[in-house]
Order: sequence, then C-alpha cells, then structure tokens
Amino acid sequence: MTEALLQIEGLTKRFGGVTASDGVDLAVQPGELHAVIGPNGAGKTTLIGQLTGEIAPDAGRVGFAGEDITTLAVHARSQRGLARSFQITSLFSDFTALDNVALAVQAHSGHSFHFWHDARSEAALRQPARETLARVGLAGREQILVSSMSHGEHRQLEIAMVLATRPRMLLLDEPMAGLGPEESVRMIALLRALKSELTILLVEHDMDAVFALADRISVMVYGRVIASGAPAEIRANAEVRKAYLGEQDGQ
Amino acid sequence: MSAWFTPRNVVVAVLLAFLALVPVYSALTGNAFLMTLFTRIVILAMAATSLNLILGYGGMVSFGHAVYLGIGGYAIGILAHEGIGSGFVQWPIAIGASALFALGVGALSLRTRGLYFIMITLAFAQLVYYFGVGLDRYGADDGLQLYRRSQFADPINLSNRTQFYYGCFVLLVASIYLTWRIVNSRFGLVIQGARSNDRRMQAIGFPTYRYRLICFVIAGTMCGLAGVLLANHTEFVSPAMMHWTRSGDLIVMVVLGGMASTFGPLIGAVTLLVLEEVLPVLIKLVATPIVGSAATRAAEYWQIVMGPLFLLVVLFARGGINGLLVSLRRD
Ligand SMILES: Nc1ncnc2c1ncn2[C@@H]1O[C@H](COP(=O)(O)OP(=O)(O)OP(=O)(O)O)[C@@H](O)[C@H]1O
Ligand SMILES: [Mg+2]
Repeated sequence: MTEALLQIEGLTKRFGGVTASDGVDLAVQPGELHAVIGPNGAGKTTLIGQLTGEIAPDAGRVGFAGEDITTLAVHARSQRGLARSFQITSLFSDFTALDNVALAVQAHSGHSFHFWHDARSEAALRQPARETLARVGLAGREQILVSSMSHGEHRQLEIAMVLATRPRMLLLDEPMAGLGPEESVRMIALLRALKSELTILLVEHDMDAVFALADRISVMVYGRVIASGAPAEIRANAEVRKAYLGEQDGQ
Repeated sequence: MSAWFTPRNVVVAVLLAFLALVPVYSALTGNAFLMTLFTRIVILAMAATSLNLILGYGGMVSFGHAVYLGIGGYAIGILAHEGIGSGFVQWPIAIGASALFALGVGALSLRTRGLYFIMITLAFAQLVYYFGVGLDRYGADDGLQLYRRSQFADPINLSNRTQFYYGCFVLLVASIYLTWRIVNSRFGLVIQGARSNDRRMQAIGFPTYRYRLICFVIAGTMCGLAGVLLANHTEFVSPAMMHWTRSGDLIVMVVLGGMASTFGPLIGAVTLLVLEEVLPVLIKLVATPIVGSAATRAAEYWQIVMGPLFLLVVLFARGGINGLLVSLRRD
C-alpha cells in the first residue's frame, strides 16, 4: 500500500461541552477523492479547520506528504500545497474577480516584498489568474467586483482561489452549498476534472455528488468517524443508514 | 486624454498648483501668515498621507499616529539642545527612532484586532506623551525651543522660509507618489488583501503579519519625517505635538478627504486646516450683526460647526471628499 498523502491520527477538539472532533483517524491516499459526509454539526468544518491550521487541536496529529504539520502556521500549510475552500464564501469582496485570483497566484510566486512595480500589470500573475478563472467557468467576468457577483459565481471563484495556489491537495468544504440544479451539474463536472489531477478531501451534503465522485467515503457523526470505505460499502452500512443516510431518505 | 479630465483630477491639479504658488503669492502680497499656515498644512498633509497607508489601505486604525510627529520632532529638538545641529546627523536619527518605535508598537499591536488595536496604539502614544511631559531637561510640559533649524550643506538653508516650504512640498509630493507606488505593488496588494479578508490571505499562503508590520513601520517612518519638518517649521517641540487629539485630527483628515485614495489625505488636511482658520472668522462675521460683541466668544466654538460637517461627510460620502468628487463624474 502506498503512503497516505494526508494522515490524520486521533485528532480531538472540544468547544466547551461539545466534542467537535473525537479522536478522528483518517488517511487520504494520493490521487484519491475522499468524501466526508455527516449531519449538520458533525464536525466536518472543524476538521478542515484543524487540517489548515486555523483551529488548534487539543490532541492528535496531522501528517501531510510525510511531514508532521500539526503545529504549522496556516500560510505555511498553504505553501506546502494544502489548499482549502470555504463553506461560507470568503473572498476579497471589494476586489475584482481577477484581482482575487491573481493574489492567490502571487502568494505562491515568491515573497511579496516588492514595493514599486505595478502588480496589476505583471503578466506572470495575471495570465495564470485568467486561465484559472476560465477553468472554473468565469471567463469574461475578470473585471467584475466580487461584491456584485452572484452566489453561484462566488462558489466558482472559491474553487478558482484554491486552484490558483497550485496545490497538491484540496480541502473542499461544501463546494455545492446553495447552488441551483444546473450550477450543481457544472460544479460536479469541474470536480470530476480536478479529481484526475489532484488529491481531494470533499465535504459535501449533496449525496448525488458524493456518490458520483468519491473513491472513498468517511461518515462523521458527533465528531467521530463511524464508517470509512468504498461508496458501495457505505451505502450498505447499517449504522450509516441509521445515523445519516436513513434520515436523508426520509426527507 | 478626456479620461484624465475628471472633476477630482481638476480639483487635485488646482490644489497642487495653488500649493506650488503659495510662496509666490505670499512674496507678492507680503502675507507671511499664509506662508506659515500652508507650511503647516503641507507638513500635516504628509502625516495624514502616511496614516492613510495603514488606516485607509491597510485597515489598521491607529489612534496614536501623532506620536511619530512627536518622536521625529523631539529627536531634532533634543539633539539641537545638546549642541548637535547638523541635519545630516539629526534627520537619520529622527527617522531611525520613528522606524524603531513603529517596529516595537507594530510588533505588539498587530497581534490584536479591532478595538484592541486602537487602544494599544493609543496607549503607546500616551506613554510617549507623558514621557515627554516628564522630560524636565527638555522643557517638560512647556516644550523646548529650537534655537536653530537643522543645518545642511551650502545651497540648502532651511531658515530660508521659501526654500523650507518648497522642501516640505517636494517631500509631500514624494510621499504621495511613494504611497501610490506602494499600494499598487505586490506588497500593497497584500496589505489591501489583509484589510479586506485576512483569514483568506493566510489560507492562500500569505504570512500577513510581517507584511502588515513592515507597512506599519513605513507609515511611522514617513510620519516621523513629517515630525522633523514640523519641529523645524515651528522651531519648537512640546508634548502637545503628539497629544491624542492630534492623532484624532489626522484620522479626521484621512476620513474627510477619503480613505484609501491617493490624494484624499491632502484634500482632507487642506480642508480641515483651512476651515479651522476660516470658520471662526465666518462665525464672527455672521454673528456680529445679531449678537454684537458676543460674536467673538461664539467664534471660539467653531468646532460646533466643524463636528456636524465631518459627520455629514462620514454618513453620506463614504469615500470622503475624494469619493464625492469621483462620483460627480457618473451622470
Ligand atoms: N468556534 C466554535 N466555538 C464553539 N463551538 C463550535 C465552534 N465551531 C464549531 N462549533 C461546534 O462544533 C460542532 C461542529 O461544528 P462544524 O461546523 O464543524 O460542523 P459541520 O459538520 O461542518 O456542520 P455543517 O454541516 O452544518 O457545516 C457544532 O456543534 C458547532 O456548534
Ligand atoms: Mg460545515
């Protein structure tokens, strides 16, 4: 068996009385799309927060590409190639779409202690940013202010921001959140294309998307991973059906 | 061509031309007061420009920015008092002291956000203010007279008021130009990104703290230079230079003129400081026929007019006067 790209061991996080991560063990193999599903409040976003360094775990360890990154700063993890998108859109709303993505490109083209040259005229930043925007379906929207874009476009831009950092692995927190049926179809197509290039941890409530895309699925409930396996195994797992999929069917 | 011919640019061009001609007008009419007033305006516009870099572009609401006026000014005053009159020694020390102080304050305060940041910058400024009050050797509360302006090599003579004015004016224009270059550079975009969404900046891989810190130091240094000029202008330093109300004035200039705009601080400084002179006279003029000699007392309350004026701009013109001028174009 190959060595996992992302290795999570015994990750634990408590918020007062709530145990948002309860000894989470999880391994994501290189090239795999690993979906994490679970009801609201299960601790999925908290898990991603600990992987990116925004949230410090109370216990446990995170390994990435053979390195222990448990205490690494947020920006340093991004520099290692671990990139996250946000469940609640988090962009530079007073910037244009192109400026947003160009900043993400800039973050990974050396240090930014350049005080004189006009950064908006640097082809080395603008060109990759344009290409990334086109990739997520935002060609022609480069000069639009983020604050005047639609929710669907914000979700596309979220992905562009992540891709522009040229990551090794994506941590996607509900990329489909709030998308209409047509937009969802396009997003699934985009994720399917990305899946062939990158390792992905996908947190998602949209079960159609999850079962269409995932190589492996882990199910979280109350901060614990109650099952982990191939999609077919998860679908057949009685505990999972009871805890999660069952109530979805009943909706 | 016509893209440049906008109401905002016309106002800025007229303003700059006016500032460039103040010594000429002053010489022709023999009006020395105007010269003194506008030297002060130019220097404080430079301080406001430096504040705009962190406040407007960086979203760092420093409520102690005048402390750098004091540090730059006191460095000159103390060195002169100790018999070191050379500008070649004074100025680098003054500027270095401002930079170092900004580095210390920034390193501590930039770990906090929002109200805490405001309070910490204010606290440090107050600390230095009271330190100045306690400096018995250097005049304490009453301040310290500069018996001589900074001495430079021959063609440069700061005691020549016209030369001094143009020196300040050139440094102001240079500060505005430098700020403009900085905010549009890679560094500047990082600073603005961190204002807009620091969390995202870190997530995409920027160690924002060190960039914001360097920005804070640049602004403090620039303001320290304004302090050097102010001390040379008034030939006097006192703790009042760095009183918190002076920091408040600088914020008012930036907000009034237009945050995160190239010429906003200049427009704001000119507006505030000219109104400060004009409003008392106006009030007196209007009030004398009505209340007679009591008008003189009424004129002392010119701030009662200034306050609501400022409030109107904050409430209805989010981009300050600069923003108003820019929006004139859209019709
Ligand atoms: N900063 C915080 N302080 C206190 N409690 C928190 C904090 N963040 C999360 N929690 C709690 O931790 C639990 C897990 O939250 P989390 O956001 O990780 O769930 P989630 O699985 O992402 O849910 P959703 O599907 O709704 O996005 C919840 O009970 C939540 O209320
Ligand atoms: Mg969540």
